[in-house]
Amino acid sequence: MTVPLPSATVLRDPTAGRSGPRRDRVAPRRDPRSLTVALLDIGKTRSDEFIDALVPLLAARGLSTRRYRKPTNTKPATPVLLQTIAAECQAAVVALSD
Amino acid sequence: MLEGTRRAPEEVVGQVPPNLAPCTVEQVAINAVMAGCRPEYMPVVLAALEVALEPLFTLHGLTCSTCFSSPVIIVNGPIARALGMNSGINALGQGNRANATIGRALNLIVRNIGGGVPGLIDRATLGNPGKYTFCFAEDESDEEWEPLATRRGIAPGRSALTLFQGDGVTGFIDQRSRTPEALTRSLAQALNSLGHVKLAQWLNAVLVLSPEHYAIYRDAGWDRRRIEAELHEATRRPRRDLLRGVGGLEEGIAPGPEDERVPKFHEGGLLVVRAGGQAGLFSAMIAGWTGGRVREESQPITREIRT
Repeated sequence: MTVPLPSATVLRDPTAGRSGPRRDRVAPRRDPRSLTVALLDIGKTRSDEFIDALVPLLAARGLSTRRYRKPTNTKPATPVLLQTIAAECQAAVVALSD
Repeated sequence: MLEGTRRAPEEVVGQVPPNLAPCTVEQVAINAVMAGCRPEYMPVVLAALEVALEPLFTLHGLTCSTCFSSPVIIVNGPIARALGMNSGINALGQGNRANATIGRALNLIVRNIGGGVPGLIDRATLGNPGKYTFCFAEDESDEEWEPLATRRGIAPGRSALTLFQGDGVTGFIDQRSRTPEALTRSLAQALNSLGHVKLAQWLNAVLVLSPEHYAIYRDAGWDRRRIEAELHEATRRPRRDLLRGVGGLEEGIAPGPEDERVPKFHEGGLLVVRAGGQAGLFSAMIAGWTGGRVREESQPITREIRT
């Protein structure tokens, strides 16, 4: 059964009233060998091992890679780091390491 | 709910991670209503949120981590008594309305305002029940006992809260120890098991001493500082025993001087609190988030509560 709300009722939004921005998907690259892939170590204990394993696999497919590192997993990547990755690479793999 | 604070509804308390969404006093109140708070709980909820937003608390990393942890609120001082907070039987269980709803309000704000939604950016492998709520008061009934907030720099008699990055409750059972030395040895073994028995200086922890265990210390004349110091020493083990691969266990700590006796926690990384019902030689340990392994990056924080 639906109970109508009194006309004076004001509903409050418990959220930040935000939604994530919708972006168009990037079209698949015709030649992925033109990509430089950022490999981001987020600062966890075994992120580097994951990236070490990934580098030869990507290289075998003709992809260039660049390594980046957050100093700690306890805090977000700085805007400078994100902008650097965006400027230097066309794709990214984030090594969550777990 | 807004009558529980003198602060203006439109005042921005801070930016709540992970989305860094601004959160007003009114939005805190809305979530406090949803949590089931009474208006008089608002100063504690607001204080908890402000502490959570301090950079050293690292709420972003805590919320988005694959680890278990979430905020644990420990309240000291007159406000705990004024709100009727539970520091006794089931203090870490159902608590009571104040315990349950203050902790719930903070967690709702992280989800609703900050966007720390499980399965989306909160990707904890298992999580812990404290992600619903985890809040209790310290038992300050023994005047000889130095309360946690006082130990951490708050003037005696002031209301304060400590926010800890905690994993949930691990029980400690010892019904045989009758001397402080025996209990300390026993507790040290249990504390050394937190996270992993071969990890050291990897996480912080809260030790919740029950009244019966505390009585063993009190009757022997051991105060808080003595208990902390003795536990710190009792958890030390030779580095060579903790190295990766030693003892058939792959997990362990990094190489270093092998004769060094490594304590389980960084200096000050074990927070001792008194709580619990009068009967039972059972205490509790709350392991901390792994982010605590780097002291300068992530620490528990204690602040006075403005009323």
